Amino acid sequence: MIDDAETAIVGAGVMGLAIAYNLAARGGKRIVVVDGHYMAWGASGRNGGGVRQQWATEMNVRLMQESMEICSHFAKEMGINIWMRQGGYLFLARGAAAERRLRKSVALQNDCGVPTRMITPAEAQRLVPEIDAGPFRAACYNPTDGIVFPWPFLWGYARAAEARGVAIHTSTPVTAIVPRGRGGFSLTTPAGTFTAERIVCAAGAWSPKVARLVGGALPNRPQRHEILSTEPLKPFLKPLVTVSETGLYVSQSLRGELVGGIAVGDDAPATGGETDEIKLGSRLAFTTAMARALVELMPRLQHVKVVRQWAGPYDLSPDGDPIVGELPGVPGFYVVCGFRGHGFMMAPVVARHYAAFLSGDAPHPLFAAWRADRFAGGRTPASGGEDMFIG
Amino acid sequence: MSRKVILCRCEDVTLADVQHAVALGYTEVEEVKRYTGFGTGPCQGKECLVAVATAVAAAAGREPAAMQPFTSRPPIVPTELGVLAGGSGTRATRTRTGTGKRRT
Repeated sequence: MIDDAETAIVGAGVMGLAIAYNLAARGGKRIVVVDGHYMAWGASGRNGGGVRQQWATEMNVRLMQESMEICSHFAKEMGINIWMRQGGYLFLARGAAAERRLRKSVALQNDCGVPTRMITPAEAQRLVPEIDAGPFRAACYNPTDGIVFPWPFLWGYARAAEARGVAIHTSTPVTAIVPRGRGGFSLTTPAGTFTAERIVCAAGAWSPKVARLVGGALPNRPQRHEILSTEPLKPFLKPLVTVSETGLYVSQSLRGELVGGIAVGDDAPATGGETDEIKLGSRLAFTTAMARALVELMPRLQHVKVVRQWAGPYDLSPDGDPIVGELPGVPGFYVVCGFRGHGFMMAPVVARHYAAFLSGDAPHPLFAAWRADRFAGGRTPASGGEDMFIG
Repeated sequence: MSRKVILCRCEDVTLADVQHAVALGYTEVEEVKRYTGFGTGPCQGKECLVAVATAVAAAAGREPAAMQPFTSRPPIVPTELGVLAGGSGTRATRTRTGTGKRRT
């Protein structure tokens, strides 16, 4: 039995829960969150927990400055430990093209007030003595980037949302959505049917599937990415280290484990078959590529043991930018997807502005830049210029 | 008593920790794994999974047989990066097909 809602949010990941919390904190009533799985089943529970301000567009840099600010108060405000550690992000570049990209984005970040600086490979090695700096020609480092443990963000947002009257139903898949004549929708779940005046689809890479339930089309596609975790080690690795050319990234959590991934080509489409499920199996090709790259970057790690690997989907839009706002052709159905593997770190700030937008405030510029109707008629618009993706 | 009963020896998760997670509403083994960290150490749940699932079932008032284990992840045993990379003098462990010897 689910109560009729003003706002139904599909997806109890960090984005959906954060929107629910922010909406409720602004006085929103009758908010329901539904999810087909347990909390943290999706990409919110599968990502590496990086939070950085090093981006290549002013929009992303400024959003992430604000998100970092929210993260730094999160533990105190929500009363939950998020295991946050600001050890910085170190980007390494092997070639001239990557170095040029880093230099350009560092200048932009500095204009926005982010203290990133270009450093030499020798300086990078002083920062992380375990690195073999030989293959690199340049690096940049921002000491105020950091990492968090992703799961407590969900619990923190969920608990705070529930305390403000939000109803959260996990293990409750939405199987049908039918628009109602006078506006709004009827949503069917195994726990019963309920109505909502509007729907926010916060289902990440699963968003196209949810949109299809109501006849809406989204152009994004999932891409499987894998991560591994090692046995815990004594703290030695201060920044998250990433190699621009390979998409390798590795950080050390406050638990001591090394957590990292690398881009490997997907051998098959990440969706398919009659079930249309996103493939999240583990592949030896990833393990091997990751182990080789990590031992090459830090030869001393060769005897460190891997204990676990897993996969999660990046959610890619055709032009690389997210997709937000009302879905064309489906009045009252709002989307927030296409964050290409950085939705977790963006969620605190995007959710804050999304709740303001849903409450009728003047929309943040992200709603114009990432509007859903830019793909109307099947066209792919020019990208917003972001190229600092990892993985 | 339940504070002194350790269910997951790798991560020091006690029976009380598991009961606390269930009391907060985390009644799936996957959720309790995430909330307590049980099963994320060197044994990856091989020693503790059944004990924790039983404790979750008892605390949640569910049938033990209805509990789903968490997804098991590779590798089967903790494995050195150097071995997975297949380099740096660790190639001696490679098994050649057809010789029938040296299976390491």
